[in-house]
Amino acid sequence: MATPPLLNKDAVFEAHAQNAAISAIRAVHAEAITDAKYDRDELTLTIANDQIRAVCRTVQLAGYNFLEDVTCVDWYPSEPRFQVTYHILSHSLKERLRLLVMVESIDPSVDSITFVWPSANFYEREVFDLFGVRFHGHPNLRRIMMPDEWQGHPLRKDYPVEGYR
Amino acid sequence: MADLPQFVETSTLIAPRAEEGSKDHTMILNMGPQHPSTHGVLRLVVEIDGETVIKVVPDIGYLHTGIEKTCEAKFYQQVVPMTDRIDYLSPMTNNLCYCLAVEKLLQLEIPERAQWIRVLLNELTRLNSHLVWLGTHAMDIGALTVFLYTFREREEILRIFEHVSGQRMMTSYFRVGGLALDPPLDLFDRVQALIKILPEKIDEYQNLLTGNPIWVSRLKNVGHLSAADAIALGVTGPPLRASGVDWDLRRDMPYSSYEKFQFKVPISNDCDVWARYVIRLEEMRESVKICQQALDGMPEGDIKANAPKIVLPDREKMKTQMESLIHHFKIVTEGFEVPAGEVYQAVESPRGEMGYYVVSDGTAKPYRVHMRNPSFATLQALQTMCEGRLLADVVAVIGSIDIVLGEIDR
Repeated sequence: MATPPLLNKDAVFEAHAQNAAISAIRAVHAEAITDAKYDRDELTLTIANDQIRAVCRTVQLAGYNFLEDVTCVDWYPSEPRFQVTYHILSHSLKERLRLLVMVESIDPSVDSITFVWPSANFYEREVFDLFGVRFHGHPNLRRIMMPDEWQGHPLRKDYPVEGYR
Repeated sequence: MADLPQFVETSTLIAPRAEEGSKDHTMILNMGPQHPSTHGVLRLVVEIDGETVIKVVPDIGYLHTGIEKTCEAKFYQQVVPMTDRIDYLSPMTNNLCYCLAVEKLLQLEIPERAQWIRVLLNELTRLNSHLVWLGTHAMDIGALTVFLYTFREREEILRIFEHVSGQRMMTSYFRVGGLALDPPLDLFDRVQALIKILPEKIDEYQNLLTGNPIWVSRLKNVGHLSAADAIALGVTGPPLRASGVDWDLRRDMPYSSYEKFQFKVPISNDCDVWARYVIRLEEMRESVKICQQALDGMPEGDIKANAPKIVLPDREKMKTQMESLIHHFKIVTEGFEVPAGEVYQAVESPRGEMGYYVVSDGTAKPYRVHMRNPSFATLQALQTMCEGRLLADVVAVIGSIDIVLGEIDR
C-alpha cells in the first residue's frame, strides 16, 4: 500500500529533501514552487506561471530526461481555471514527476516548453486546440484535432456535451 | 499581443519557400488520408524535390471522436469499453492501463490470480499487435506473402480472446477491481497449444524476410533516428529501443506483477527501420516466454478484489443475497465514488508508453481522463526520420513506427 499522503508544501520538502527534482529547483529558483503534494506515491509540484520553462530546463539537467505528456484540466468555474499538467520521467532515476501550472481564465497563456523538449509541440497544440490555452513561443500553434475553422474548445467544461453549439 | 504566433492564418500546412527562387523547384504532394500504407486516415503533406523528401507534415484529426470528453459523462466502469476503441489493435493493454489508474486512485489491491491473467492476456495482445504490424509492414514493402502467414496465427489469438471475453477485438475484459468473468476452463490449454507452435512460426516469418535481398535493402540504413533525437521527440517503445535506449516499463517500473517474470529487453544500436523489425521479432519471442511463465506459475484464488461497493457481485450471489443485490443495484445505477485526487499510470503497450491520467473530484464520474498515446508522440519523429530520404522510404518508416490512428486522434 502507498505511503500516507502529504498535502502541504513544507511536509513534502521535509520528507523528500533528497529528491533530485525538488533540490535542483529549490537551488536555482527558490520561489518557483508554490505548492507541493505527495499523494498515492506520486510527487506533484505546482510551479509559478512565469517560471515553467526555466524549471523544466532545470529538471531536465537534474536527470529528468523524458517528457511524457502535457495536458490540461479545466476547473471551471473556480479561478485560476486551467491546470496545465506536465509529466516528466527520469530514465536513470526511474522516477516520475508531475509539474502543474495554474492559468487564469482571462487570456489563458503559459510559456511553451518546446525549446526544452521538442516533443511538447504536439501536446501543446492539443491543449491549445481542446482547451484554448495559448503557449508563448510555440513554433506552430495551430489546431491539431479539430478543423482549423472550428469555433470553441471542446474539452472546456462549459462546452456542451450534446445538442447544437 | 504582438509576440504571439499568428496561429489563425496558417491553415496552409506548408508555405511556398520564397528564398529558393522558383516555386517549381519543389512539389507538394498529398499522401493520404486514403493511402493504403498510412494504416488509417493519416494525411501527410510531403514536400519533395524530385524524389527526395524535404519536409513531412502530418495532418491528423480525421478520427477525432472526443473520447476524452465522452469519458467525463460516464461512470468509472462505463469508461472501460471506450478504452478499447482507442488502440483497437491492443484492447487489453488499454483496459489494463485504465483499470490500474482507477485502482490506484481507489488504493485497491488486486488478487494475484487476476494480475497474472492480466499479464498473460497482455502478452497475447502484444503478440496479436506485432503480428498485424509484421504482416502490414511487409505488405507495404511489397512482400505480400507474410501477411497471410501472420494473420493465420493472429486468428487463433482472436479466437482465444473471443473465448475469454465474447469479443474478438473490443474485449473489455478487465474491470476496475479484477476481471469481468472467470476465464473458461480450457483457456490455459489453448494458450499452451498456441505458444508451443509460435516460436517456429516466428522462425518461419524470419526465413521469409530476413534473407530476402529486397527486404534488406529497403530496410537497412533507412529512417535513421539517434537516441538523443528519440528522447527529445518523445519516442517510446520498440523505436526507442531500436535507437539504443534501454528502457521498458514492464521491467523498469513494473505493474501488475511484471516484476515476477524473467524476460530480456532487446535493444539495438542500429537506429534504422531494420533494427525496429529485428526488435519486434525478438519481443515476440520474449512475449512467448512470459506467457509460458504465466501458465506455469498461475496462482489459484479469486479474480476480483474483495470490495463489494466497487466490484459487481457474482450472478449467483446477486440472486440469493439481499446485500449483493443492493450493491449490484447501487453500482449499476449510481456508480461508485472515487476519492478526489489525480494519478498517472503508464504501461508498456506494443507501441510504446501508454499512459492514463485520471483526475477525480470525489464523484462517481471521472473529472478528466487523458490518454497519453505512444503513436501520437512517435509521429513527431517522422520528419527527422524521412528528411533527405527517398519518397518510397516514407512508407517504410511509417510501417516501422507502427502507428494506430485510432489512438492518435481519440
